[in-house]
Amino acid sequence: MSSLTEKDRPIVQLLLNAGTCPRCILRFCCVGSQVLYRHPHQDLMKKLQEFLKNNQEKESAVSLDVVDPPCKRIRFEHSEEGADDLNHNGAIPQVPSAGDGNAATESSAVKVCNVCLGILQEFCEADFVKKVCQKVNSADYQFTSFVFSVSLPPQLSVRERAAWLGVKQEMRNLGLPLAKDDIVQLKEAYKWIIHPQLSEELGVPADGKSLFEVSVVFAHPETDEECHFLATACPDCFKPAKNKQSVFTRMAVIKALEKIKEEEFLKHFQCPPSSPKNLCDALEIQCNNGAVFVAGRYNKYSRNLPQTPWIIDGERKLESSVEELISERLMAEFKADSFNFSSSGREDVDVRTLGNGRPFAIELVNPRRIHFTAEEMKRLQQAINDSSDKIQVRDLQLVTREAIGRMKEGEEEKTKTYSALIWTDKAIQREDIAFLDDIKELKLDQKTPLRVLHRRPLAVRCRLIHTMKSEYIDEHHFRLHLKTQAGTYIKEFVHGDFGRTKPNIGSLLNRTADILELDVESVDVDWPPTLAD
Amino acid sequence: GAERYFTRWYKPDVKGRPCEDFCVLQHSNRRICVITLAEAHPLLQSGKTIKNINYQISANCSRLQNKVSGKSKRGAQFLTELAPLCRISSSDGDEYTIYSCIRGRLIEVNENILSNPTLLQEKPSTEGYIAVVLPKFEESKNITQGLLTRKEYEEVLLKRCNST
Repeated sequence: MSSLTEKDRPIVQLLLNAGTCPRCILRFCCVGSQVLYRHPHQDLMKKLQEFLKNNQEKESAVSLDVVDPPCKRIRFEHSEEGADDLNHNGAIPQVPSAGDGNAATESSAVKVCNVCLGILQEFCEADFVKKVCQKVNSADYQFTSFVFSVSLPPQLSVRERAAWLGVKQEMRNLGLPLAKDDIVQLKEAYKWIIHPQLSEELGVPADGKSLFEVSVVFAHPETDEECHFLATACPDCFKPAKNKQSVFTRMAVIKALEKIKEEEFLKHFQCPPSSPKNLCDALEIQCNNGAVFVAGRYNKYSRNLPQTPWIIDGERKLESSVEELISERLMAEFKADSFNFSSSGREDVDVRTLGNGRPFAIELVNPRRIHFTAEEMKRLQQAINDSSDKIQVRDLQLVTREAIGRMKEGEEEKTKTYSALIWTDKAIQREDIAFLDDIKELKLDQKTPLRVLHRRPLAVRCRLIHTMKSEYIDEHHFRLHLKTQAGTYIKEFVHGDFGRTKPNIGSLLNRTADILELDVESVDVDWPPTLAD
Repeated sequence: GAERYFTRWYKPDVKGRPCEDFCVLQHSNRRICVITLAEAHPLLQSGKTIKNINYQISANCSRLQNKVSGKSKRGAQFLTELAPLCRISSSDGDEYTIYSCIRGRLIEVNENILSNPTLLQEKPSTEGYIAVVLPKFEESKNITQGLLTRKEYEEVLLKRCNST
């Protein structure tokens, strides 16, 4: 892409007359020099006006290169009304100069650009940059880079197309070929201008992959209805979706613009577009940090603690929960908006988790603080452990999003060991239960337990009990240690669930059995990595 | 054992037939119900031997054909209070129909009693259950309206004793 040439003159003139801002004009002339766009727009305006004044007879060069010598016209036809002067004898026409009274070319009051609605005007300037940075600084985030995302109102695409069609028409009327059609995208130019300024104010680089996002939504209610004609022209692009307020989304509008024929567009929309009265509004400047992940293992020592808050009809049935006890401190330290707790399986309210504990991971959403040293994590772990005797955590550490997959792997594949306190109706002697120790790889068929059948599909699960070890207590009690495949329902294996888990302890011992206590002794997943103390 | 988390409700003399009492075990989750014979049912009295259990309750309907899928148990046969679940005949020629007693979706019938009918008599309240029914969520609080509590059922039993 080169700077302005003679070929661009009619385009510059047309757009300037139409009320297009200098930067948009540069875009439509495919000027690719980022530096140029960063010049203050008053300077750019002056340069464009000078460019228009110059014809090939003047020697004084403009800082915008006028490189190519004028090319011979092949032919030209009568212009449409309102087009530039044409010299019918074949000479290259003089482009009207700035003194012609075209409102767009000079004034202290700058018109709002008819294409970008002010985005490449006011919203690139220092004032706006300051506003954004004030918002960022007051939001008090920890970050080392940023990505700046901008949401533009859909009618910008319509106006862009309209301006382009206006240019095409003009060139056709003048009998000139349209050499380039890879105009610079508005968003790209905008970022060229604003990123260095933001970067300077914030003291960190712009990085497309950054987890810290500053986002701005621009709106221009004055022209919102400009998209509506597309709905009649391309009705199938605009299907009302349930949760969307307006059917005229950016995506839908862009799709329709791809489909609509030029003639159809020209019928419905003024090309080039008219000047709006007002600038865009910058609706919201928001900051968001990508989620961080904290993993660890937890022990549960209470037989009265649910995994997640237990609330029925707005009433909390049991105080607290595993996830709240662990996440509370983390939420406060990381200053996050919310959390998502997940673990490698889970246990019932009345079941303890002993041994090395159960792996868990917490996603902290939109954290303000993200940098924590290993020391700080250790202290955080201690603080959590000091705050409750119902749970304890270990190996607390920051992990990546990908690491969560390893934890969920464990849920389905790895083994667990349990200890169950079992009661029998008929008396037992040591000899009666000794044989359990010799049973290996016992296959169970477990129908969905009745206690969860209201919220799970009915199915039969085949599960393995790898090993068992019994400990006789008295004629009606014994303890059983089991190592089982992941996903085995232990309680149902003991009491049989109305015969819907087969075999079960009752059927094996030929008695009625019930489970009095259950403990998880180990969850055999070797993630997250064990931390040295 | 497994019945620990259930509340027992009763429906005596169903369809006017004396002592044909049923028990509805309602789980503490307030949704799942297990239909069983109540202790006074003739089939549970001494001397009765079960000859045949048939889940084919009409020409077009077999409870064994019941297929449910997904969490909401789509495809389940819908039951009203007096929908028959199965027909049981005893060796002395008597025939009994087991009724649902509650409205809801049929989740499963107990196939174990087909292969082992004595289960029904030996463990009527657990392994010998007849069916599992899931009432509609909106109706789950109402299903016990037509049923008796354990206490009320005991009074019924007492009355029967006194009148004979």
